[in-house]
Amino acid sequence: MAHHTETGESFREQEAPVRDYQEGKKPTQEDERAKKFNDLERVIRRYSTEAGQLIRILQKAQDIFGYLPEDVQAYIAEKLEIPVSEVNGVVTFYSLFITEPKGKNMLNICMGTACYVKGAQVLMDTLKEQLKIDEGETTPDGLFTIKSTRCVGACGLAPILVANENVHGKISSGEIKKIIQTFRKGESVENQKH
Amino acid sequence: MKIKSIEDIEKIKERHLPLIKQRLGYRNGLGLTQIMVCSGTACSSSESREVRLELEQELERKGLQDRARVFKTGCFGFCQYGPIVMIHPGEIFYCQVRPEDVQELVEKHLVGGQVLERLLYQNDSTKERTPSIEDIHFFKAQRRIVLRNCGVINPEKIGEYIARDGYFALADVLLHKNRDEIIEIIKKSGLRGRGGAGFPTGKKWELAAAQDLRPKYVVCNADEGDPGAFMDRSILEGDPHSILEAMTIAGYCIGANQGYIYVRAEYPIAVERLELAIGQAREAGLLGKGLFGTAFDFDIGFRFGAGAFVCGEETALLHSIIGQRGEPRPRPPYPAQEGLWGKPTLINNVETYANITVILRDGWEWYEGQGTATSKGSKVFSLAGKIHNTGLIEVPMGTSLRTIIFDIGGGIPGGKRFKAVQTGGPSGGCIPSKYLDLPIDYESLKEIGSMMGSGGMIVMDEEDCMVDIARFYLEFSQDESCGRCTPCRVGTKRLLEILIRITEGHGEMEDLEMLEELSYDIRDASLCGLGQSAPNPVLSTLRYFKDEYIAHVRDKHCPAGVCKALLEYTVDEEKCIACGLCARTCAAQAITGAPKQPYRIDPEKCTRCAACVAKCPKKAIQKGIKKDVGNYGKTGIYAGPGGTEDRATL
Amino acid sequence: MGKREYMPGPVVRKTGQLYDNPKKDVEKIRLTIDGREVEADKGMSVLEAARGVGIEIPSLCYLRHINETGSCRVCLVEVEVKGARTLQASCVYPATAGLVVHTSSPRVRRVRKTMVELLLSDHHRECTTCIRNLNCELQNTADSLGIRNIKWTGEMKALQVQNENPYIVRDYNKCIKCRRCEAICSKVQEINVYSAINRNYDTVIAPAFMQDLSQVACIACGQCVIACPTASLTEKECIDSVWEALEDPDKYVVVQTAPSIQVTLGEEFGFPAGTAVTGKLAAALRRLGFDKVFATDFTADLAVLEEAHELLERLGGRGKLPLLTSCCPGWVKFAEHFYPDCLENLSTCKSPHEMFGALTKTYFAGKEGIDPEKIVVVAIMPCTAKKFEAARPEMGTGDFKDVDWVLTTRELARMLRQADIPFHDLPEEEYNTPMGTASGAGVLFGSTGGVLEAAVRTAYYLVSGQEVDLPDYEELRGFSGLKEADVHLKDRIIKVAIAHGTGNARVLLDRLRSGEPFDFVEIMACPGGCVGGGGQPIYGSRWRKEISLDYRHNRADALDRIDASKALRRSHENPDVQKIYKEFLGSPLGEVSRNLLHTYYTPRGKLPGFHFGGIKGSHEGHVEENIPPHDNQSMPRPEIAPKV
Repeated sequence: MAHHTETGESFREQEAPVRDYQEGKKPTQEDERAKKFNDLERVIRRYSTEAGQLIRILQKAQDIFGYLPEDVQAYIAEKLEIPVSEVNGVVTFYSLFITEPKGKNMLNICMGTACYVKGAQVLMDTLKEQLKIDEGETTPDGLFTIKSTRCVGACGLAPILVANENVHGKISSGEIKKIIQTFRKGESVENQKH
Repeated sequence: MKIKSIEDIEKIKERHLPLIKQRLGYRNGLGLTQIMVCSGTACSSSESREVRLELEQELERKGLQDRARVFKTGCFGFCQYGPIVMIHPGEIFYCQVRPEDVQELVEKHLVGGQVLERLLYQNDSTKERTPSIEDIHFFKAQRRIVLRNCGVINPEKIGEYIARDGYFALADVLLHKNRDEIIEIIKKSGLRGRGGAGFPTGKKWELAAAQDLRPKYVVCNADEGDPGAFMDRSILEGDPHSILEAMTIAGYCIGANQGYIYVRAEYPIAVERLELAIGQAREAGLLGKGLFGTAFDFDIGFRFGAGAFVCGEETALLHSIIGQRGEPRPRPPYPAQEGLWGKPTLINNVETYANITVILRDGWEWYEGQGTATSKGSKVFSLAGKIHNTGLIEVPMGTSLRTIIFDIGGGIPGGKRFKAVQTGGPSGGCIPSKYLDLPIDYESLKEIGSMMGSGGMIVMDEEDCMVDIARFYLEFSQDESCGRCTPCRVGTKRLLEILIRITEGHGEMEDLEMLEELSYDIRDASLCGLGQSAPNPVLSTLRYFKDEYIAHVRDKHCPAGVCKALLEYTVDEEKCIACGLCARTCAAQAITGAPKQPYRIDPEKCTRCAACVAKCPKKAIQKGIKKDVGNYGKTGIYAGPGGTEDRATL
Repeated sequence: MGKREYMPGPVVRKTGQLYDNPKKDVEKIRLTIDGREVEADKGMSVLEAARGVGIEIPSLCYLRHINETGSCRVCLVEVEVKGARTLQASCVYPATAGLVVHTSSPRVRRVRKTMVELLLSDHHRECTTCIRNLNCELQNTADSLGIRNIKWTGEMKALQVQNENPYIVRDYNKCIKCRRCEAICSKVQEINVYSAINRNYDTVIAPAFMQDLSQVACIACGQCVIACPTASLTEKECIDSVWEALEDPDKYVVVQTAPSIQVTLGEEFGFPAGTAVTGKLAAALRRLGFDKVFATDFTADLAVLEEAHELLERLGGRGKLPLLTSCCPGWVKFAEHFYPDCLENLSTCKSPHEMFGALTKTYFAGKEGIDPEKIVVVAIMPCTAKKFEAARPEMGTGDFKDVDWVLTTRELARMLRQADIPFHDLPEEEYNTPMGTASGAGVLFGSTGGVLEAAVRTAYYLVSGQEVDLPDYEELRGFSGLKEADVHLKDRIIKVAIAHGTGNARVLLDRLRSGEPFDFVEIMACPGGCVGGGGQPIYGSRWRKEISLDYRHNRADALDRIDASKALRRSHENPDVQKIYKEFLGSPLGEVSRNLLHTYYTPRGKLPGFHFGGIKGSHEGHVEENIPPHDNQSMPRPEIAPKV
């Protein structure tokens, strides 16, 4: 069993030979998929030398694919030579892993106790009402996914909304509506550009 | 340069000491103004990074870069008032500094040499502004042992940690002490695990050291999962080297050469700081092969949690570290006997490790003198909820809740009445006001039905419904149950269903007995600590707030006005001016009315979002007890899922 | 026969080995259970210590040496520790000297009851119509705890029952999450089909992505079925189809029984494990209305002849060595999923029950002048994988499936009960001829080592023209996970090996892969061979099932006794087998037998259903496709039934 440790410099993934893609050509869906699997292959090569790095590999795979579809889980099982049932068991155990594609914008309401007593449930209700979806779901236009998250440890700023990695503290229902609008506007601006 | 001796670290200490001394209040004529900007998670989320960058640019623009420097530092604990900027000399403490304040701050403080009054901390009641951190009551009442370096050093500079006597304990241990001596010191200090259960740390070390099997491992449990607790994160962010040093000492004592830090993936800043710190320590020869020229090797790696509260339980954590489902297993064997890959493994929590170097530097006798008879040293608590000063505090064990909540925490905002404080997270309980003067330590909290846990304290006021809080915690515990053992997997689900029944107005009096009975059985029968303590929030609220339960069940009334199903919003016809604002606000279109006639709310349509209450200019809409809740209790028929019919089966 | 040399002793695997031969000379300790001072072995759990002295503690998730996880919390006992009484799961709590245990205090009984009530609150309780009615551990435990009312009720799971495959049905709604299926599949069989999926109340024990078993690399061995305490895992019943065939006057229904059925069926009717009920079995089948009662043992003899010739052919340089036996469908599927590189080594012989089917619809039909279309072949098998095998598309001759319906031993017992046949009072009857005649060698197929021993008996004769001294192959028997021996075949020593349980098979196959020179290898998927098959009676006491080798030993011993009592003990001596070659087949490995009795294999991949083709770095070869059969074992799929 090799116990390498990794931190600091070595933390960044090392370069591995990558298949060249033709520049200038719009990549097809298959190209994209192949490229993602290529990236995944690199991650697996990087971490599989170390014992028990399945969770890290899954986290990286989720970064690459946005979620963990079945074939990605199976691919990882195949490469690590572990049963796919085990991979699937791990994926479904940890709440950070998702198996459905998520929306463009992740809106997480912190449901830690501090946030809860400061009205996080009301915020969640506002979100649900505004986006007409339930917790854990994605809007039909693929713009938003709402989720409740575990305590992010910023209890001093409760209640908290984490919108795409950005922590918004002391948030109110009104502000939530504004944030949704901002995202929507950003989307329509982008659409006009194309 | 690889550090090989005490002289080597002395040299580094000398180099950084002047900066540190000034920050500690010495007027040492450094000729440099130091601007400390908090870069913990809370301050970062209120743009402390932008403030820092702006400060650096502004200094450059003003040509002040030789006279003043900006430093990152760890959490001050005063999170509510972030971002915090502290300027030395003078220990001037600025709160809620926005990037747009920077220009004025530099102009006035650095160029003009005057304190910028409007950014100083203002005492809410006296409205007085306090320039120095020394004068802020929040800090005055604390005693920072574990958090000694947070807010003082730049966590990204190993030199500054060394200037605070960092790595001296390690040097001393490796060069002058044998492992039994150290374990003896830890035992005598009376240090107990800060992760929750309070197992004596020295005993744990001793057990791990006594094992013959090799290799052994040292693990730092940084899977801080209790909602409302964030002390471990702050320590990792503000003083990462103290953890590395303590883990290395632990490794030496038990005979391990490899350590792992198991940290939540939700803590990106902590991870980044730790990575940096590990890199620096390796470069300095403080991790790696042949530390301080001895034959002792030690290195530290990472493992990430992926969102499972139960992984704070040590056997679950072990499974998670090796990439499996984080399910606990029965003990014995204990991890110190059979841990990672079946090898002896020492697991301590972050805050526990943070105490180690202090004990070794200042002596067990001193440490043993702090705290209460059974609980030594200090404890970090995170204050949150309905409290004035939310944030992180450190007090000696045995401090009373009143001191913490009303003195340091500044009491309940908005003139509301204190109802309870919840300690110990989902494993703990709700403590009513009658215990406010109880000196708190592991034992006293346990006696009153709660527990120390990792030190989260959520303060609740009269507007919090204790039945709803119990439901909230049960929902958490059920969701986080690993699903292995019956009482936790199914039992907490049934417990939760009873609580939901009660908060939705379908409770029966016998439900209260059932709650209690099932709670005791779950506590007795569960495999791991998560399950065993999951009923605590129910048991403690039943014990201290039974009247609230009875109100929900018998009167179908939620005294705190939280449980939506038991509420009704009505328009006070006297006050209503028929402006129609409420009707326009209502998303559910539950409000109808016509000009000059009072408006009405249809309780069937109303979602109890309270948007109308906020909009009404005359405050004519009131929250009240729902009158027509079907009293299922009387008929004995409850037609919910798995109702009477199911009960009759078999 | 000549001098024999044996390899060093058995290989014992560390984890998950079914227990066998209790250790002797272990240190004894004394502890107090329910006020009685008792003696126990050091290292025992409290549960084992208590059961060892006749104190019963109910348990559900516990399977000795296979699943000792303390999950169900039904075996809780009170243990006095430092003056306090704490509840501990006795299955994992070590019995130590001086320990004081209370197994039946009011507190223990109350909590136990709560545990079982909680399990029942999430269990579809359809006891009266359940396949495991009266043979369910949950039902028995509920009864013994006196549960009359389930206090804790609430949401119940309602998940789709999975039965898209022909062998095992998974009903998640009856699962109590004891995880015994997961443990036996991963630790004993090392197939790893199951894992816990999700967490909290949503936890299910399921194949990856909750797929049907047909979608994953399951070998259909059915060990999970006999491990399951409830009816969450059951064989796919086809009793009704058999009744239908029996009731149809146009059908000629032929039944065959596998060798092990005669020594296990009795258990379903109260006979102790290891009772041979051959005569009653034949009588019972006749009473059910089968037109002919035949024995698979007959085609086992035939298979021996084919396989012995194949062995000699390969030893002669034609074909790959070692020769791996192919009579166990679980093992064949295992090889197809996990060891596709070994498929060329597999004997091309169909398993005896498929050979039987093929011959019934050709040879027998022709001989009796019956239209093969009207013949229905029913096989009574100890096995769930046989159901899969019978459904393989290549297992047919022309338009006919070789075998129409496969019933497990348990299903046969149910049929007998449905027909109210008084099994105890049945007379001893004979099997029909010609396909009911068997030698002792054919009988041996029913337990581990039997196929190899039978084949060696015949191969020895074929090479030397002499008969082997029969008791000499005793060493190939016994229940060690791996057995090896050197066998002299006239002037040549051949290395033979036997493995049972696919976990043990992996060890052996990995040694083969690393180049160890074996000549002839027998592998059976189930621990103990067919006597431990996934279709056999579920063995155990009122409260708890046992999965041990002990009772399988008894069953195997009974087979050995039948062998020893037979006048004919070598397959080639079977007169009806000799006759069939003369009348129909010609010679072993001849053209007719190649067409009818041999088959080919298909690599299935560890991850059936996932294709990573085109993705850089992925291994090819786990794509499901029919590979062309290997040259000298070329076995074109029969198109037309040979003329008789």
